[in-house]
Amino acid sequence: MANLQSTFIGIKSPNPFWLASAPPTDKEYNVVRAFQAGWGGVVWKTLGSEGPPVVNVNGPRYGAIWGADRRLLGLNNIELITDRPLEINLQEIKRVKRAWKDRALVISLMVPCDEESWKDILKRLEDTEADGVELNFGCPHGMAERGMGSAVGQVPEYIEMVTRWVKKYSRMPCIVKLTPNITDVRKPAEAAKRGGADAVSLINTINSITSVNLDTFAPEPTIDGKGSHGGYCGPAVKPIALHMVADIARSEATRGLPISGIGGVTTWRDAAEFMALGAGNVQVCTAAMTYGFKVVQEMISGLSQFMDEKGLSSTADLVGRAVPNVTDWQYLNLNYVTKAVIDQDACIKCGRCYAACEDTSHQAIAMSNDRTFTVKEEECVACNLCIDVCPVTNCITMRELPLGEVDKRTGRKVGTYANWTTHPNNPAARAAE
Amino acid sequence: MTNSPLTPGVASGRLAPDEYALNFADIAPRFAPHEARVAADRCYFCHDAPCMTACPTTIDIPLFIRQIATGTPEAAAKTIFSQNILGGMCARVCPTETLCEEACVREAAEGKPVEIGRLQRYATDSLMEKGVHPFTRAKASGKTVAVVGAGPAGLAAAHRLAMKGHAVTVYDARAKAGGLNEFGIASYKAPGSFAADEVAWLMKIGGIRVETGKAIGKGLTLDALRKEFDAVLLAVGLAGVNALRAEGEALKNVVNAVDFIAELRQQPDRARLKVGRDVVVIGGGMTAVDAAVQSKLLGAENVTIAYRRGREKMSASPYEQELAASKGVRILHNVAPVRVTGEGAAQEVELAYTEEGPGGLKLSAQTFRLKADQVMKAIGQTLSGTPEGLRIEGAKIAVTGAGRTSVAGVWAAGDCAQGGEDLTVTAVAEGRDAAEDIHASLAG
Repeated sequence: MANLQSTFIGIKSPNPFWLASAPPTDKEYNVVRAFQAGWGGVVWKTLGSEGPPVVNVNGPRYGAIWGADRRLLGLNNIELITDRPLEINLQEIKRVKRAWKDRALVISLMVPCDEESWKDILKRLEDTEADGVELNFGCPHGMAERGMGSAVGQVPEYIEMVTRWVKKYSRMPCIVKLTPNITDVRKPAEAAKRGGADAVSLINTINSITSVNLDTFAPEPTIDGKGSHGGYCGPAVKPIALHMVADIARSEATRGLPISGIGGVTTWRDAAEFMALGAGNVQVCTAAMTYGFKVVQEMISGLSQFMDEKGLSSTADLVGRAVPNVTDWQYLNLNYVTKAVIDQDACIKCGRCYAACEDTSHQAIAMSNDRTFTVKEEECVACNLCIDVCPVTNCITMRELPLGEVDKRTGRKVGTYANWTTHPNNPAARAAE
Repeated sequence: MTNSPLTPGVASGRLAPDEYALNFADIAPRFAPHEARVAADRCYFCHDAPCMTACPTTIDIPLFIRQIATGTPEAAAKTIFSQNILGGMCARVCPTETLCEEACVREAAEGKPVEIGRLQRYATDSLMEKGVHPFTRAKASGKTVAVVGAGPAGLAAAHRLAMKGHAVTVYDARAKAGGLNEFGIASYKAPGSFAADEVAWLMKIGGIRVETGKAIGKGLTLDALRKEFDAVLLAVGLAGVNALRAEGEALKNVVNAVDFIAELRQQPDRARLKVGRDVVVIGGGMTAVDAAVQSKLLGAENVTIAYRRGREKMSASPYEQELAASKGVRILHNVAPVRVTGEGAAQEVELAYTEEGPGGLKLSAQTFRLKADQVMKAIGQTLSGTPEGLRIEGAKIAVTGAGRTSVAGVWAAGDCAQGGEDLTVTAVAEGRDAAEDIHASLAG
């Protein structure tokens, strides 16, 4: 069995699966149960400044979208940071860390955007023996209206400034948690790096309204007839999170900056994908909230089996493996030509490929009277839509045309690698001549 | 094909070769990967799952199904095998409809449980066909354990003991290990050489020696075993067969259903197996159904199960009863055999209607006769040849805790031991738990 031991910015954990700062990490009781179930680490739910505790709504906090069988695909929430007294949280953190020395325990923080507030809270943490801090610059609701959370995360200068304060007043490793509610995630990541952050974590939740109740004409979750913009998470956000993680991993300015990947991690495979795109570890919330803490057991066994099969001896060998293969569109090989092939033995003759291609693509699938579907290579642009809509796994596949074969659609022979930057239709390419 | 279903008497070759092949094909073939993913997707990953509680071996069913769902059936198999090393056979023979699948919350919600048994088979087959044995043996403990009986309980115990580092010798009376997995399961549930392959796969753990043709009273005595080994586990099953206690029992072609089933399992050429034209099976359990269905599949024209009590008392599950009915077996309730008649061999069986009263079951005066050129007795098996000195309770070896018998250093598990249902999966659980207890006592 592969060794899943993980070291992230010097913080050790028996596996790279941490629980993200959220309701599952709200208190000692939860965190102890999570550790018992096998989680490698937790980021304790965000602490705020000393003072009257935060107040939450007393109606529903979560909204969801489901698949047809009620599989939870996306979750949104309007919950705020911890509403428990600071002192109690600190006592519990200390107790848990002492009892679970091999697990990672990072504290999430969100205090007003002034130096004194940060200095104070960091001083309060010194005694807890926690492994690090995560700066919550991500929460899109409630706290942002008070100048915290994503209100900081959307302004790179603020990120840099606060990160500097944290590094000035604390020796703890510092992770900056980024909001996806921006246009270019590389900018806040660069700011965090400039401020001295040891790592970034992303993504926090995405601004969202999950659904509208068409009887009451109010967004859900509905509080006394009204709803608000909540933070969206769960399996549905994974593609967005992967994009942002990859963007930071391959950007010149942030290359090498450790990343903790967050956003819809539900299975070992999701985790492996985040790590391949450069995440040193992953943080999970919705999967635990949907299935309970035990869900980590599948992540552990699955990642371990995968690593054994790939001959990877440590998680570090997996991190970033896919990053070199993420590129800009202009560098994609325009001489890579494929054609769809339909396996007639596997085909169940539903005709979905035909409808998709005939109505919305390139009219490249022929349908016979006996419902036999075949690809017209002279029309097929290899868009992949037929594969995406086919209900049978591997019924439709792509055949790569070997070098020298004539593409029936263009009449041209397949040539060697060439991309847009040198293409004759590219005005910029001509200008360079 | 020299004979047909209409050939009188007990005859072989009643069907064409392709009919045999079709009749004895796998009754529930393995899921294709896509089917498995769709079936796995229905699992809700319940907390403290009812299916897991319903499983005698407490397999973590939600976890293994999730591991299938995420494309790692090999990890799923390990989850299964860590609780039940014979999870491959159990996936085939467990009456899941009365165990895990009955408890499934989707059974309650929709009357359609997650297909746990078939998913289990998908997982276990995936790993076993790669020849991978997922466990390794602890370093040798220097202790020795004798296991008497190489059936499900004995094998499960032997594996667990070997894994703990003990040197295990397994004895079995038959020429082949496997017990009821090898000799007592309907052929269509475990076609091919699965039972033997499973034993070979299990043995890969190392540290297990099998000696066949030996049993207590057949080359072995309990006293000698106790002297030679540090611990002894009896997993001898129920080798005796209950008598009909009806006239004519000694007639030719009045046979034990278990012998018929065993012969069938050991003869790959079905055309050589003899079966009556009119077969009457006496009994109401799984053995009765297995014998009756297979008689029909071998080409018997008429097959009748005669059970002395009502349908609700039958120990064969509703699924098994339905299977029998779908194969054309007629099930009669509340009838008991009075006598078997015939000239030298069975020709007819006379049955009386029964009445259940405060004094127990009574035969009424009203009787009827069925043509029966073969009569199969499936009215239960009994403990036989038990060594002296062991306390017996309720016709089984009395045990306390995890299989401790009344004799120090001697454990018992499986059908021969008191407690639990007589199921393969229960035998595995008892064997495993006895092994853990033996290990603890050897260590202490």
